[in-house]
Amino acid sequence: MKHIARTMKYQREADPEWSARFRELPGCERISSCIQCGTCSGTCPLSIYMDHTPRQIIALIREGFKEDALGSRTIWLCASCYSCTVECPQQVRITDVMYSLKREAIREKKYPARFPIPILAREFYAFVRSRGRNSEIPVVLRMALKSNPLVLLGMVRCGWNLLRTGRMSLRREGIKGTAQLEKALSATKEAA
Amino acid sequence: MPASGGYLYFPGCSMRATGVAYEESLLELFRVLGLPLEELEDWNCCGATSYMAVDEGSALLLSARNLSIAADGSGRDVMSPCSACYLALRKTQDSVEHHPEIRAQVEAGLRAAELRPFHGVKVRHPLEILYNDVGVEALREKVVRKWRGGKIACYYGCQAVRPYHEVDRPHNPMRMDELMNAVGAQTIDYALKTKCCGGSLTGTIHEVGVRLNELLIREAARKGAGCMVTICPLCQFNLDMYQAEMGGAEIPVLYFTQVLGWALGGDGKKLGLKRSVAGAAAIREWFEVREEVRA
Repeated sequence: MKHIARTMKYQREADPEWSARFRELPGCERISSCIQCGTCSGTCPLSIYMDHTPRQIIALIREGFKEDALGSRTIWLCASCYSCTVECPQQVRITDVMYSLKREAIREKKYPARFPIPILAREFYAFVRSRGRNSEIPVVLRMALKSNPLVLLGMVRCGWNLLRTGRMSLRREGIKGTAQLEKALSATKEAA
Repeated sequence: MPASGGYLYFPGCSMRATGVAYEESLLELFRVLGLPLEELEDWNCCGATSYMAVDEGSALLLSARNLSIAADGSGRDVMSPCSACYLALRKTQDSVEHHPEIRAQVEAGLRAAELRPFHGVKVRHPLEILYNDVGVEALREKVVRKWRGGKIACYYGCQAVRPYHEVDRPHNPMRMDELMNAVGAQTIDYALKTKCCGGSLTGTIHEVGVRLNELLIREAARKGAGCMVTICPLCQFNLDMYQAEMGGAEIPVLYFTQVLGWALGGDGKKLGLKRSVAGAAAIREWFEVREEVRA
């Protein structure tokens, strides 16, 4: 039998204080001006795959349904194409709002388990922080091992095509100024 | 008019891996045009979309370090060919300008690393540089080879034209179309030219990423395009790499710098033309450099 769950929320489950704080973050100031027209969802190339459309995410934030917004797959499917941001008649910077949700979901470990996109973001972050540059192969390998190693099977053809056309970098990419970069990145943490 | 000192070239990580043909053709094109490029010294990764998803301060500091290195007093503009790198740099400038708390954070990071401030550095994409500094007419006059690749679907993708509007306008951009027309290629009216390719989705939620690209390719083919031309290494990768999984006829996906470099008489061996996966046979046929047309 299919699992039966309540799909509607009670008002008391909302966290209006979180909503108020969130709306003051840089880039999120225009959330209150949203008229729920749905232009963002209509223009989004990925909304058909989302559990909540971008319009619904804005509504969830506004009411303070924090867990639903942070736990949504939507924020990770957003590819940051800025279509919604450019089309929004109320100048809500939806792409930046999605970024703010992603960061909070990572900070509070609220993202869906074994979902590869936040795992890729974290692996990419750590790799570039230590080396100064990205190397696609080790980063993709780490993502696969921490989400679903079986996806590597599907990548064999792509890997072979990259290799035979000379598009796979086998060098260890890096910069000379890793210490300088680390100093800069650590200092922003303290200033924040 | 191009700046006499040329440009500071910020390659970004993709240009050294999956997008190596973009770098090769870009360098060859600028050599043919006589425009000097100097690689930004010890540049670091732009952080792409992943850094912004983890930590805003570090994301901005990655670009701030690159911008600081570029503020070398030479007055040269930064040329950033990858759309994600371009946007990361522009977004950093924009955030610092508009949010005092972010500016304080970025300045603290720069000070701690003994990096100079980066006010006044101009970040530009090669599409806009070629369009504005070289110009459509000047390019037309330099053409030495006839285009044989059929009609072109110019695909601009997302981050070069959104949310900033300096590379081209966000709705129906035409600058790449105009450059292609200038070298004798016809372009199609392509309504999906700024619809997103999904970025790294082909590597994470593979079926979804491939589906987005399949829609882009099908529409280009339906409108009669013989190939697609891009301005971003990730767009080219996504469109080029997975066509075998989509069924249907393969169409080549080239960089605009490959088409321009070839038309302007660049060395066919230095344009990365053997690095495409889809439609490789067609590419070999179109770009076969014959003695009689070699300038």
